[in-house]
Amino acid sequence: MDKILDIKDLHVSFVTYGGEVQAVRGVNLELYKGETLAIVGESGCGKSVTANSIMKLIPSPPGKIKHGSIHFKGKDMTKLSNKEVRKIRGVDISMIFQDPMTALNPTLTIGDQLTEGIKQHRKISAKQANHHAIDMLKLVGIPNPDERMKQYPHQFSGGMRQRIVIAMALICEPELLIADEPTTALDVTIQAQILQLFQKIQRETGVSIILITHDLGIVAKVANRIAVMYAGKVIETGTRQEIFYHPNHPYTQGLLNSVPRLDQKGERLIPIDGTPPDLFAPPEGCPFTARCPKAMEVCSRIYPFQTELSQTHAVECWLQDERAKKYIASS
Amino acid sequence: MAKYIIKRFALMVITVLIIATLTFFLMNLLPGSPLNEERSTNEAVQQNLEAHFNLDEPLIVQYVLYLKSIATLDFGPSIKQPTETVNSLLSRGFPISAELGIWTILTAVISGIALGVFAALKHNGLIDYIAMTVAVLGISVPNFVLATLLIQELAVNRDFFPAATWSSPAHMVLPILALATGPMAIIARLTRSSMLETLTQDYIKTARAKGLSPVKVIIKHALRNALMPVVTILGTLMAGILTGTFVIEKIFAIPGMGKYFVDSINQRDYPVIMGTTVFYSAFLVFMLFLVDIAYGLLDPRIKLHDEGGG
Amino acid sequence: MLPAAREKETHHHEVPDEWFKPKEKDEQQAESVVRPSLSYWQDAWRRLKKNKLAMSGFFFLVFLGIMAVFGPILSPHSVSEQVLSNQNQSPSVTHWFGTDDLGRDVFTRTWYGARISLFVGLMAAFIDFFIGVTYGGISGYKGGRTDNVMMRIIEILYGLPYLLVVILLLVVMGPSLLTIIIALTVTGWVGMARIVRGQVLQIKHNEFVLASQSFGAKTKRIIRKNLLPNTMGPIIVQMTLTVPTAIFAEAFLSFLGLGIQSPFASWGVMANDALGTILSGHWWRLFFPAFFISATMFAFNVLGDGLQDALDPKLRR
Ligand SMILES: Nc1ncnc2c1ncn2[C@@H]1O[C@H](COP(=O)(O)OP(=O)(O)OP(=O)(O)O)[C@@H](O)[C@H]1O
Ligand code: SF4
Ligand SMILES: [Mg+2]
Repeated sequence: MDKILDIKDLHVSFVTYGGEVQAVRGVNLELYKGETLAIVGESGCGKSVTANSIMKLIPSPPGKIKHGSIHFKGKDMTKLSNKEVRKIRGVDISMIFQDPMTALNPTLTIGDQLTEGIKQHRKISAKQANHHAIDMLKLVGIPNPDERMKQYPHQFSGGMRQRIVIAMALICEPELLIADEPTTALDVTIQAQILQLFQKIQRETGVSIILITHDLGIVAKVANRIAVMYAGKVIETGTRQEIFYHPNHPYTQGLLNSVPRLDQKGERLIPIDGTPPDLFAPPEGCPFTARCPKAMEVCSRIYPFQTELSQTHAVECWLQDERAKKYIASS
Repeated sequence: MAKYIIKRFALMVITVLIIATLTFFLMNLLPGSPLNEERSTNEAVQQNLEAHFNLDEPLIVQYVLYLKSIATLDFGPSIKQPTETVNSLLSRGFPISAELGIWTILTAVISGIALGVFAALKHNGLIDYIAMTVAVLGISVPNFVLATLLIQELAVNRDFFPAATWSSPAHMVLPILALATGPMAIIARLTRSSMLETLTQDYIKTARAKGLSPVKVIIKHALRNALMPVVTILGTLMAGILTGTFVIEKIFAIPGMGKYFVDSINQRDYPVIMGTTVFYSAFLVFMLFLVDIAYGLLDPRIKLHDEGGG
Repeated sequence: MLPAAREKETHHHEVPDEWFKPKEKDEQQAESVVRPSLSYWQDAWRRLKKNKLAMSGFFFLVFLGIMAVFGPILSPHSVSEQVLSNQNQSPSVTHWFGTDDLGRDVFTRTWYGARISLFVGLMAAFIDFFIGVTYGGISGYKGGRTDNVMMRIIEILYGLPYLLVVILLLVVMGPSLLTIIIALTVTGWVGMARIVRGQVLQIKHNEFVLASQSFGAKTKRIIRKNLLPNTMGPIIVQMTLTVPTAIFAEAFLSFLGLGIQSPFASWGVMANDALGTILSGHWWRLFFPAFFISATMFAFNVLGDGLQDALDPKLRR
């Protein structure tokens, strides 16, 4: 399979009054053509910042990509000029945000918002753009698309708006779609419809998807691979089977234990005891130490290195070290 | 939309009615007011008064006839200048005041928005701090102080502009500056905060994610939404500018309506004070009405849902 | 990887074996970082203190308050003492801020002016507060039809041109300290009432949410501890901004000849008296009152802005 995205050792910080927030601290991620990668983790662990970095949408100031590379189809996004990045945004990579209520501009018609992207990037007439937009609305299942084009966002329901947002993201046929909690603001039945829509679109267009969510039910349903983030780091990645049936990181295990039954869809994550560390002054060692039931002396001192359990499964935890295994075996 | 306009219009009529009623009864309460028992030495004045206010009728009839005269835009006589009426003063003074007012509004709106937008785009940068300090200063310095300073510095010490009257464009610069600074500062602050708020919205992120240029994102997506709150305070600002003309016209000896109004207060020319107040109020309320309608046109959410401008 | 981290990695083999023993439970407890939890007001104060502009406004106002009380005592001259031979003297050792056209001491009069201007501003703010809290509180608390009618009334009052109504009332009542305050508050409370109503609705909503979550006895505590402080923020900010509005309005009225009458002087009256004379070079007569009006407005405005930021629950972290 083709690797279309390759993030290496990404570090992103925000400089605020209180000091430097190290939101992302060495993230590695890969994405292959046509697959869905889910990024999960508690609020504030850096999922959105990672996703926004891909398209260089980090507000700057205060944000800054301090280190690392983001290769999209061989080009390092971090090295491109703003103008070059703009040619990729909306064309090769599209993004969907959490709240469909606010993702659409209340003062512009749907048609205007749908077509402005394609008008910007392709040399096509307004009429062609309109046709195209109407086709997209049909694809995402909006009835009467011709009339709907002239309406404003407040005239649509939440679920419809999210469909429009998806149509908007897909209009230039991107190769990568980043969806940052696309269903969090919707109720459960609508969530299911939107997820089905994602799957349908992926089948029809072969787009790769990065799906950010809190909701393990969604992950179980649509993800091919999963990356678990904690305090600005990816602490475990693997295929859906590997993460759900052989979680190796105590945090991943905690996440899964906190959900009573995985096959129940829409089940919300119950947080593990305690809170994540302050990203103003992240700990030297493993950031999960204070909450980890299996923490050792070494954990608070040195960050564990990555252990590859299989070609697809990797984890960052000291329990993988031979010496830890020895102690566990002996007790 | 029609319902919205009708509702606003009704509100406007009620407001004017309240002001007119308030003026009428306050005027009657006033000890030694022309409507109680005017001991005017001038026979002509007395006749004017009696004719306009129907003083020989019972109070309630007076009141109704008074409302009627206001509805026909007849605002009453003067007691200090027998040859003048509020209407004659208005027809001379109002065009000049209107000219001053329009230029002031334009100056304040354009420069205030520009300042606010730049400050927001350079949030926490040097431009932001300078712009906002200037804005707070603009709000803090009363316009009569500013007017005096401007005259002192730019007209007396340095002969850049003429110090008084209203006879050429050069004469207009200082009064407009003195009058526009306060509203400009208010607009700049409001624009800045609403722009900052707008820039964090998801639809701005979405627009950027589409690959639109920063200029397009700001002009097409951010500005229009950010300026909504500015439109809503235009009415209040106009009221401020209007009362500001009292001060500025007096200081710069501009023969506008404001100057006549201040003179009438100083001379306690009650019918002129009352008539002018009613006129000014009606004018302002009408402006508020226009602003509301403009807002309704700008915000598509109002057309259907009829939420009003709350 | 960052250079520092890379270096650490190379030392992994030097890690002593016993570091890999599972930790005891109590050891772990000690590690969890205890974050100092600040109360709402402490937190707001901490953030206000960081805002230098707002703090300078605050200290200026404290200074002004002290001088309004003690300032006149510092000077040997009284407010109304007229020394005709001393007309329009520039600032000197005997008259620190100079004298006016009647030979009165500008220093003494400035601090008397501070008393009056602050008094007018603070009284207006407090009366607005009381009427606003009562009206807005009832409106928001009762809800339904009462709220509807009361809000209609507010909507109409809001449309009245504020200063014109004030002028009208003062023309009728005649200017004095009392009538000025009355005139300023007759329609001035409307803004406060709107804000209070909004906050009451918010409390009601949250109370409902809390009750429905059956927090039981905790509900009251939460309202007192969290909701009230959070809803007080906008009200305090509004009060801070009412004071300069009233001070400005009083100065404006002085200009129309509807200000406080002699022998007392507000800053507005002093500035207005001096307007004509600045061209003859008696700058100090305008400078001091104008400076203090502007500085006071500035101080209240920056303090209000600072409070707004400091009290905004959205910005808490
Ligand atoms: N503009 C910003 N300025 C300062 N700090 C920021 C900014 N954006 C994000 N952060 C910080 O970066 C960290 C990671 O934020 P991020 O939005 O990526 O979290 P998240 O994993 O997406 O959480 P959620 O699930 O709540 O969306 C947080 O601690 C946040 O406070
Ligand atoms: S490294 Fe240590 S603290 Fe971190 S998850 Fe593994 S065992 Fe727990
Ligand atoms: Mg997020």
